[in-house]
Amino acid sequence: MVPRGIAARWRRAAAAPGTGRGRSAGVRRWRRTGRIMLRASLRQVSAALKEGRVAPTELCQRCLALIKNTKFLNAYITVAEETALKQAEESEERYKRGQPLGILDGIPIAVKDNFNTAGIETTCASNMLKGYISPYNATVVQKLLDQGAVLLGKTNLDEFAMGSGSTDGVFGPVRNPWSYSKQYKEKSVPKSHSEDEESNWVITGGSSGGSAAAVSSFTCFAALGSDTGGSTRNPAAHCGVVGLKPTYGLISRHGLIPLVNSMDVPGILTRSVDDAAVLLGSLAGHDPKDSTTIQDDFKPFELPNLTDVSKLSIGIPKEYHAPGLSSEILALWSKAADLFKNAGAKVVEVSLPHTPYSIVCYHVLCTAEVASNMARFDGLEYGHRSDMKDSTESMYAATRREGFNDVVRGRILSGNYFLLKQNYEKYFVKAQKVRRLIANDFVKVFRSGVDILLTPTTLSDAVPYTEFIQEDNRTRSAQDDILTQAANMAGLPAISVPTALSERGLPVGLQFIGRSFQEKQLLTVAKWFEKQVQFPVIQLEEVERHDSDVFQHQKSASFS
Amino acid sequence: VRQIQSFFLFSSIHLMLVKRTVKLMRAHLKKTSFVSSFCSFFEDVSVHHFILVKQSISSVPKCSTVTVLNRRCVEAAVMTGLALNCSINKKSLFDRKHYFYADLPAGYQITQQRVPIAVNGSLSYSLCIDNKMSQMVTKTVRIKQIQLEQDSGKSLHDDTRSQTLVDLNRAGVGLMEVVMEPDMCCGEEAAAAVRELQLILQTLGSSQAVMAEGQLRVDANVSVHHPGEPYGVRTEVKNINSIRFLAKAIDYEIQRQIEELENGGTILNETRAFDSKLGCTVPMRDKEGKQDYRFMPEPNLPPLILYDAKSLPANMNHQQVINIDWIHERLPDLPSVKRKKLVEQYGILPEHSFTLLNEDGLAEFFESVVKQTQMKPKKVIGWILKDLLSYLKQHSLTVKESPVSSFLLADLLNLLEKKEISSTAAKQVLAELWKGKGKTPLEIVKEQKLELLQDQKELEQICQAVIDGHKNEVMAIKAGNPKVLNKLIGLVQKKTEGRSNPVLVKQLLEKKLSG
Repeated sequence: MVPRGIAARWRRAAAAPGTGRGRSAGVRRWRRTGRIMLRASLRQVSAALKEGRVAPTELCQRCLALIKNTKFLNAYITVAEETALKQAEESEERYKRGQPLGILDGIPIAVKDNFNTAGIETTCASNMLKGYISPYNATVVQKLLDQGAVLLGKTNLDEFAMGSGSTDGVFGPVRNPWSYSKQYKEKSVPKSHSEDEESNWVITGGSSGGSAAAVSSFTCFAALGSDTGGSTRNPAAHCGVVGLKPTYGLISRHGLIPLVNSMDVPGILTRSVDDAAVLLGSLAGHDPKDSTTIQDDFKPFELPNLTDVSKLSIGIPKEYHAPGLSSEILALWSKAADLFKNAGAKVVEVSLPHTPYSIVCYHVLCTAEVASNMARFDGLEYGHRSDMKDSTESMYAATRREGFNDVVRGRILSGNYFLLKQNYEKYFVKAQKVRRLIANDFVKVFRSGVDILLTPTTLSDAVPYTEFIQEDNRTRSAQDDILTQAANMAGLPAISVPTALSERGLPVGLQFIGRSFQEKQLLTVAKWFEKQVQFPVIQLEEVERHDSDVFQHQKSASFS
Repeated sequence: VRQIQSFFLFSSIHLMLVKRTVKLMRAHLKKTSFVSSFCSFFEDVSVHHFILVKQSISSVPKCSTVTVLNRRCVEAAVMTGLALNCSINKKSLFDRKHYFYADLPAGYQITQQRVPIAVNGSLSYSLCIDNKMSQMVTKTVRIKQIQLEQDSGKSLHDDTRSQTLVDLNRAGVGLMEVVMEPDMCCGEEAAAAVRELQLILQTLGSSQAVMAEGQLRVDANVSVHHPGEPYGVRTEVKNINSIRFLAKAIDYEIQRQIEELENGGTILNETRAFDSKLGCTVPMRDKEGKQDYRFMPEPNLPPLILYDAKSLPANMNHQQVINIDWIHERLPDLPSVKRKKLVEQYGILPEHSFTLLNEDGLAEFFESVVKQTQMKPKKVIGWILKDLLSYLKQHSLTVKESPVSSFLLADLLNLLEKKEISSTAAKQVLAELWKGKGKTPLEIVKEQKLELLQDQKELEQICQAVIDGHKNEVMAIKAGNPKVLNKLIGLVQKKTEGRSNPVLVKQLLEKKLSG
């Protein structure tokens, strides 16, 4: 059952951890050549900035150039070239004075276009907010800027983050960079010559597909996404990057245009688990502007290199063996479990019995909050306003019809239905009770001694766009969120770690779910796992043209 | 970006009225009090109150700020709840109430529909019967609940240009709504109850509660019914902005409903507005049709947890908790207690205590004068209410703006009490003091030669001269008409230009006439 390539790769990784052709080798080369390496991790490039091996402006320009060259990915809605260069110059000044603001100073980053950014358009990929410029920065954006990060631009998404493909935004679908990788091109057999790349490209997953594609295609070193039902982890898995959804309440939502207030969390997309920890450390903590953030001080942490996993207890929730789970991913999942077992960890099958009700429960709660949160878009205060002037009511109606796509309108409609007086008890209250049961499932499992849960992130690898749009958004979201949204219901931290390439040469991620506010433990385990699996680097012509040529010989030898 | 911050405290009352003549009626008054103004949600500001706060509001609306609760708003609500004898809910919840309206920027209002912060209280108020100050009765209205809410903006309809202007300055600011039970039966009762509530809010500092500035607004729900029958259909008269209009609006609405029903009509469950120029209520155009508000728990505000001394967790940061007992201990004297103290301590009439409290600062002024003079408080109150207050009213001045300080007035009353001047002269001095030229009463007395004649011989001579010059009057007195004596006293006063002590003059005259 297990694809030979994957198994072989893991054997090798397990046999000689750290000696593969991973990123460390790349860094050595890079140091030698002294050239810019866009494929470095955030921590690596930060060290390079600190040591003066690369200048912030140069780094920024290289990223901006690569964004232009990968425009066909449609990862960015807005590229803030001017402000980014200015920020890079300011960063350079600080480095010259020997007073950088910290590890993020000069690091190019991207932000999903549903976080407010002062002076830079925030659209939510919707006609409703086209041209909207927020007067203030979201707390997370402000924190990044305060620490010297360079904001390259705003990334593409499904309209108002409602979707799982990044295909339903007004600016068009995001293309998965892996569609253009050597790995995918080699493995995928063209059906016919007439069918070119155009019909073969695969989706990024969503809704934070733009951010995942941006990190995956090396146009930035980290990106912010948002995660309500899996919107950070799902595209992270499809794009071969790390996607972290922190515990609800750990990071401020102030300035994140809401989808579902009680589940939304800012998400972190990076190339490595260590980088995710860096971002988490710079973003977490109480925000007086968001009452749901916890008051306790958050101490940023560095992840230890775990050498002994024998004290760990890994839970395998049997309900995540969900209908539609591809055999390939199932095999990978059990392989991962074996990896822990062989390393001495305790691996136990656990049950989260209410998982099957999660999707329908999520549907009710999500649409109800969507109906409420979208009520503010009435054309009066901001965003689109229809020319319809017959009456205030007709203006509202026309504005909302013109401003929202079918997906958003559909969710508003069902949400309002669930909130009607006669339906409230029947749907909303019941769904809340189910949500409690789902959360309690996790509490029980963790109380039984399990430290971390290991699950797949997605049912399969990314599908071609043409195939994806055969089903409507609602069906797709219900399918695609199935493995991820329970963590949102329970508010738990979860991370998708790129694990291996599928038979088609596309990334597959596995998910770790931890205890509330135990991000350090979660990320430590994820880092150990990341090191074992040695996920290959994407090989993109566009990047290689841009980057130093040192990588051309590296490829991912261990993977083929 | 401009960052205006402000707070509103707001209370809304449902009063209900029960009726006098044939039919019974009820009214809910909804009333609000708050403090200043702002855009979207609850923000915090300079002055005293607030409630819920929304961050970073500015003239530019935002679509993703998260509502945050303002501590001082919660404290104000707890204080008000305690002052109104409510039980305070240690856990209260926030809900969203959805409807589309131009002045509601989020498309929903945050309120406390399920579990409000305070419930089951009462408010005692007094009113005079038939407008006679001497006949006061005390009544009680039950308080159903006090809830924290967000205020909406204001829509200004420009009919000539057929456009609507929306003022979002106060939108999102916290407000406190006080809901009263249907225990009141006429406009006057409602007015007295609201006045008492206003005094309480001002005493607590929960709100300046200036109705004209929208810091306190009243929605009155009015219905009529025959005794023994269930309540009739009610109408809601919204946003009444003065106590006088409140009484008028309710009484008009009661009359209108009675007439409507007696003419065979029906009452619609509708919202109405009071037209102060026409003195009548008119139907409002907004919120037509039946609304389903699609209530939903507010996800951005966790349940509001309050503590008392017992439940207060140890090691808890005091900045993060609100202790009900702590607030209770620090409640200032409420108006009813203050009045009682004034009556007991100074021996003044109860109705005088009402007047003293109705004017901001007047009771303090009175007490300050009493402290500085030997004159009995019972006599001082006359000078305060008759002379000081009527002068201030005439010139539309507040007590604080009075040109005569409590020190000067006490000085003057001391001269009177020590019989250095007559009361007639005292009034003359006061008239001079109003001019505010910085002279002391004694200086004025000296300047205008108003001091009483202390030379008894001189006074005796003047008395003798008056007796000698008025034979007829003397005859009348001797014939047994003592009232004429007053005329002689007056004549002596005239001769001395008011500088004689009338009591002394009377004694001298009587002595001479009987001799």
